[in-house]
Amino acid sequence: MASQPEIRLRSRAAPADNPALPSAGPCTGSGTERHRAITIRRCATIPLYARLVRYGFRKHATYVWAALAGAFTNSVFGVLRAYVLIALWDARPGLAGYDVVHAVTFCFITQAFIGPMQLFGGGLTVPERIRSGDIALDLVRPASLQLWSMAEDLGRAGYLALARGIPPLLLGAALFGIVWPAGAGHWAAFLTAFAAGWAVSFAWRYLVALSVCWLVDDRGANAFSLVLTTPCSGMMVPLVLVPGPLGEVVRATPFAAMVQAPADVYMGTADVPRTLALQAFWAVALLALGALGTRAIRHKVVIQGG
Amino acid sequence: MVSSYLVLVWAWTRAAMAYRASFALMVLLGSVITATDVAVILVIFANTTSLAGFSRDEALFLYGVAGVAFSLCDMFVSNLDRISQHIKAGTFDAMLIRPVSPWIQMATDRFMPSRIGRVLQAAVVLGYALAVLDLDPGRLWMLPVMIVSGIVIFASLWTLAAAAQFVLTDAPEVTNAFTYGSGQLTQYPFSAYGRDLVRGVTYVLPLAFVNWQPGLYVLDRADPFGTPGFMRFLGPAAAVVLALLAALAWRQGLRHYRSTGS
Repeated sequence: MASQPEIRLRSRAAPADNPALPSAGPCTGSGTERHRAITIRRCATIPLYARLVRYGFRKHATYVWAALAGAFTNSVFGVLRAYVLIALWDARPGLAGYDVVHAVTFCFITQAFIGPMQLFGGGLTVPERIRSGDIALDLVRPASLQLWSMAEDLGRAGYLALARGIPPLLLGAALFGIVWPAGAGHWAAFLTAFAAGWAVSFAWRYLVALSVCWLVDDRGANAFSLVLTTPCSGMMVPLVLVPGPLGEVVRATPFAAMVQAPADVYMGTADVPRTLALQAFWAVALLALGALGTRAIRHKVVIQGG
Repeated sequence: MVSSYLVLVWAWTRAAMAYRASFALMVLLGSVITATDVAVILVIFANTTSLAGFSRDEALFLYGVAGVAFSLCDMFVSNLDRISQHIKAGTFDAMLIRPVSPWIQMATDRFMPSRIGRVLQAAVVLGYALAVLDLDPGRLWMLPVMIVSGIVIFASLWTLAAAAQFVLTDAPEVTNAFTYGSGQLTQYPFSAYGRDLVRGVTYVLPLAFVNWQPGLYVLDRADPFGTPGFMRFLGPAAAVVLALLAALAWRQGLRHYRSTGS
């Protein structure tokens, strides 16, 4: 008795098959009754990626202590770097358009970026899956590998922004005092720049990860990426200090778009539209390259025998 | 003990040398990565002639001394901080039943000879600073003393960090703040840091004896924080005390080690 209405409900909620088409056998395919139902599911991409973002977040939220330990280390390095920059701005007040408080803020905001932007590289599962051959499975999934990884990485970045981004800022504020964005518009600009910086960071790391397909070992590519990211992003020293044409070049790299650009927007020392344009340019360019790379590895995987 | 260390190091070196191109690339990239630290110092001194009372070449001298000691330890001892991975994976149990000290097995675990690039890079900076600074030759005897005590201090720090990981298996990254943080701290003249911080790294964690106190003697400078002159020569004593504490902590860690049972 009790189970009967439930069954009725279920049958009512079943996906509406297309009665105009012939009934579906065990092998559903195009031109059968079930076909439309499958297409609807395949189009349900937004919930799929939203779920992946959540899984990425939860996956990293499992390691609370590791994240807090990372936040602690980032904060300690922030303090050490802040002292050095304070000594520099004591010697040269107003250098490069920054005050001492800007220099200190820069130290802590860049340390806060290390987690979410994954500035030391990695963070993606793609290299491991290429080595193990599991990537063959990922490539036949009815979802783009790039978007899939991006959604997971967004969840990771979101969690680390909370767990590893906020503590260094609070410590910097408590020890030295830092600037905060003034007003909702400023916050919105910063969050946009932060998201754009993350997109550039993901696009770059995805390209590095794909290189494993050709290089087999990812250590070389990772070290190469680190060599470029560490000095050119601004996490060691504000790029505004780099003199001459070298400075111009460094400030236009995708690495500057990950750290220097959002930090400048945060402190209000940037021309916001120009900064966002630079970030958008690099995000689009690197994501497009990543999409081409994803197409290329499909062929590569077949050659390797999967 | 030394011979088993060398045997293990040689075994890992041969393994690394199997991929010669990769090895050469790692040496190159490793020295470039540490060279960014020097690049930062140069960028800072491109904007000022003196940082916290020290010239560029004096700062490079202090950087070079600490860099040589730190990168040697990074090469020969720092593998210790992978111990929490071995504890979690259960592979540390195997190390305990082998007839070689677990400290030696851990220190040589996945030894990376390619880190020699970092040592060379720091040595080049130190050589440059010694060449351009007009130092009193009568004070240069301190140089080998400070490098050796620096090595002992950093090696003890890594041992302490490894011992702490017996307790901190879930968050071994905390110890990076002390090991790599010390490397970062000793890159700059301590006069740049706050008075309380310098007190802490003089009297609690004796990092001031790596390059700051003895370096003041070599450079013939007075301490801006006004510590008495005999402190310049306490480096070896501080190193020995820290080494004893580290050995004690490591033994305690081993004694209280409980296998994961896997």
